[in-house]
Amino acid sequence: MKTKDQKPKTKDIKIYCDITKCVGCRSCEIACAVEHSKSKDIFSAVREKPLPKKRVTTENIGAKIISLHCQHCEDAPCIKACMSGALSKDEKTGATLHDKEKCVGCWMCVMVCPFGAIVRDIENHIAVKCDLCPDRDEDYACVEACPTGALFTGTKEEFEKKIKGRKK
Amino acid sequence: MSEKHIERSYDPASQKMIKKAQDEDIKIVWDRHDAMQPQCGFGELGICCKICNMGPCRIDPFGEGPQEGVCGASKDTIAARNLVRMIASGAAAHSDHGRDIAHALLSAAKGEAHDYKLKGTDKLKRVAEVYGIDTAGKSIEKIGEELGEKCLAEFGQQHGELRLTSLAPKKRQALWRKLGIIPRGIDREIVEIMHRTHMGVDNDYKNIINHGIRAALGDGWGGSMIATELSDILFGSPEPIRATVNLGVLKEDQVNIVVHGHEPTLSDVVVDAGKDPELLALAKKYGAKGINIIGMCCTANEILMRHGIPSAGNFLQQELAILTGSVELMMVDVQCIMPALSSVANCFHTKIVTTSPKCKFPGVEHVEFKEEKALEIAKEIIKKGVENYKNRVKKRVDIPKEIKGLVAGFTTENAFHFLGGKYRSTYRPLNDAIISGRLRGAAGVVGCNNPNIRHDWAHVSMVKELIKNDVLVVQTGCSAIACAKEGLMTPESAYKFAGPGLREICEAVGIPPVLHVGSCVDNSRILLILSEMVKEGGLGEDISDLPAAGAAPEWMSEKAISIGFYVVASGVFTVFGTPHPVLGSENVTKYITNELEDIVGGKFAFEVDPIKAAHMMIRHIDLKRKALKLGPAIHQQKVALKT
Repeated sequence: MKTKDQKPKTKDIKIYCDITKCVGCRSCEIACAVEHSKSKDIFSAVREKPLPKKRVTTENIGAKIISLHCQHCEDAPCIKACMSGALSKDEKTGATLHDKEKCVGCWMCVMVCPFGAIVRDIENHIAVKCDLCPDRDEDYACVEACPTGALFTGTKEEFEKKIKGRKK
Repeated sequence: MSEKHIERSYDPASQKMIKKAQDEDIKIVWDRHDAMQPQCGFGELGICCKICNMGPCRIDPFGEGPQEGVCGASKDTIAARNLVRMIASGAAAHSDHGRDIAHALLSAAKGEAHDYKLKGTDKLKRVAEVYGIDTAGKSIEKIGEELGEKCLAEFGQQHGELRLTSLAPKKRQALWRKLGIIPRGIDREIVEIMHRTHMGVDNDYKNIINHGIRAALGDGWGGSMIATELSDILFGSPEPIRATVNLGVLKEDQVNIVVHGHEPTLSDVVVDAGKDPELLALAKKYGAKGINIIGMCCTANEILMRHGIPSAGNFLQQELAILTGSVELMMVDVQCIMPALSSVANCFHTKIVTTSPKCKFPGVEHVEFKEEKALEIAKEIIKKGVENYKNRVKKRVDIPKEIKGLVAGFTTENAFHFLGGKYRSTYRPLNDAIISGRLRGAAGVVGCNNPNIRHDWAHVSMVKELIKNDVLVVQTGCSAIACAKEGLMTPESAYKFAGPGLREICEAVGIPPVLHVGSCVDNSRILLILSEMVKEGGLGEDISDLPAAGAAPEWMSEKAISIGFYVVASGVFTVFGTPHPVLGSENVTKYITNELEDIVGGKFAFEVDPIKAAHMMIRHIDLKRKALKLGPAIHQQKVALKT
């Protein structure tokens, strides 16, 4: 159980991964699943039926590891491919939104996503993707759970500044 | 994608079965390993701690996050504690195996286990002497009973020294005493690891590791050595014997019974039970031409070196044997038995039978082994296999043709006597060969398989590089099986692979350039071989003076860590392939790969590339030759100066 002293962060929609720091511990995956569980508690979450679905994956890129999320593409192929209108753009924030009520589970978005960031929820027959933790005011669950500080929320400029300053 | 089976294994027989698994969509160890990627960096680095419930704690290896656990444990403490707990488990596994053998010896000597006789009477007397048992005028059984009791007592011994440590060179014993790491009792040191690593006890990483060494020595010079010596007494000392290896040993027209695991107590009796006329008749009735008993992993090594029973393969081939569709029954005891066997067996007619009360599988038939009824139980199990022959689906049978011959059964007592022939049956010729430079040195290449490295490839490449450079190689366990499959364990292989110096010796005495000295508890034989070399004279006063090195290029089990530590603490430079999970702590890494050499005379190195690792070993051997004021090898070939 975590207690947070810090003030809620003003959230940006971008989650960056510093691949020099990601050790592939999958803590982001666990946190994401717990965040999307009914109980939001790891010990109860692992007993829930259906099990909560994570929306982030930890992948190998050559010898490096990356925690991979929805990139909320400006020109999102998934929105173009969506035949039921379940996927759309939030005009204000630029986030790619998914409406599970409209989703028919045709998996076209799964197929076109260049990052493999959309997964299938077989039990409910709908697509599942990063929804930017709608129940949270503080930073995203994955970013907060990252033990090495590889995950980062902010603008492109802020991320660039951060990785420039790191130790070689 | 289609080349995956070739990337995964070096062994053509295994490649075929991996391909078959792919084609039939049966998930095996490599698929599970793929699915597990990327693996947790904290675990790999050894800096996660779940010893107490304030945790789990993890140290950020990049320095931004927490640098100490909730209790304040540093990454050094955490890595050291995790490492010695691996030693505890490895030493426990070997030693509990030794305990079972001691118990079997005692039961046999008392006449309670009728199916066993004490076959190795020479060795019985020799070992009894080490334990201070007066053998004069006593029956074999009486000596066996006294020895069994003395060995069993050493597991619970609280003070003093384990008797078998007295077989180490005097200088070594004195060093262990001075350092306070001579093991007092086998179980005691393991228990003390668990105490010291409990929350809030030992947090000096050097002190933690030094005690880990003590427990590891209690394995090598205690539990494992008891397992080896008493197995030789109970089942007979191995003698060089010809046998065959690889999946091709499975037979298309016979009932195939695979015995897999580690302990020889049941498997040794299964060999006899397989010749039972009633069972053979039953097999005929079901249309089989006979009963084919074959081994897998270290159980294979035990019955291979004593009875010439063929070996189907090593650790990563356990699922592959089932994939041939030709195994009626796989009988398992303890250690290195993949839980996945039951699900792979479900895809075929193969029956898995567990036999040890310590190793059960959910939903798998259990026939409990008891020494008192050994033969009866062995027959019962074989009968289940024979009866299962009718369920074999002919069109799913797919036995790879690969099969290789080997000579196994070398021991501390017999191996080097061959070098001297009948009339000069001592270690003198071996030592002379090293002193003259015909041999550059000796190496032990041992250990497991691991899907994180191409199956068998590291073993075979390393051993070929060593023998090419006139380094005589002794092997145990899955590493031995890997090289046997490559044909390195035949006398003829000397012509093809050995350097000119080693080849001369192999030609003269007819031994292979690579000697199979048994199962993984038989690494204790290597300790005694090294001690005998020191005793023979001319190569220094301690094991750490010898031009020798060790390696475990494809290690995976905790037992390998325990073996590594007792070998290093006996004075041998030892190269592991993938590193121990300690790299998150610079201090622990430096201690075991550098500082330890000044303390115990041996140290670790980690090198995944088997050729580079072999060169590290050869460079170490050259350094030792120089220190002994020996010239370079007669046919010295150059190796890279640095890795």
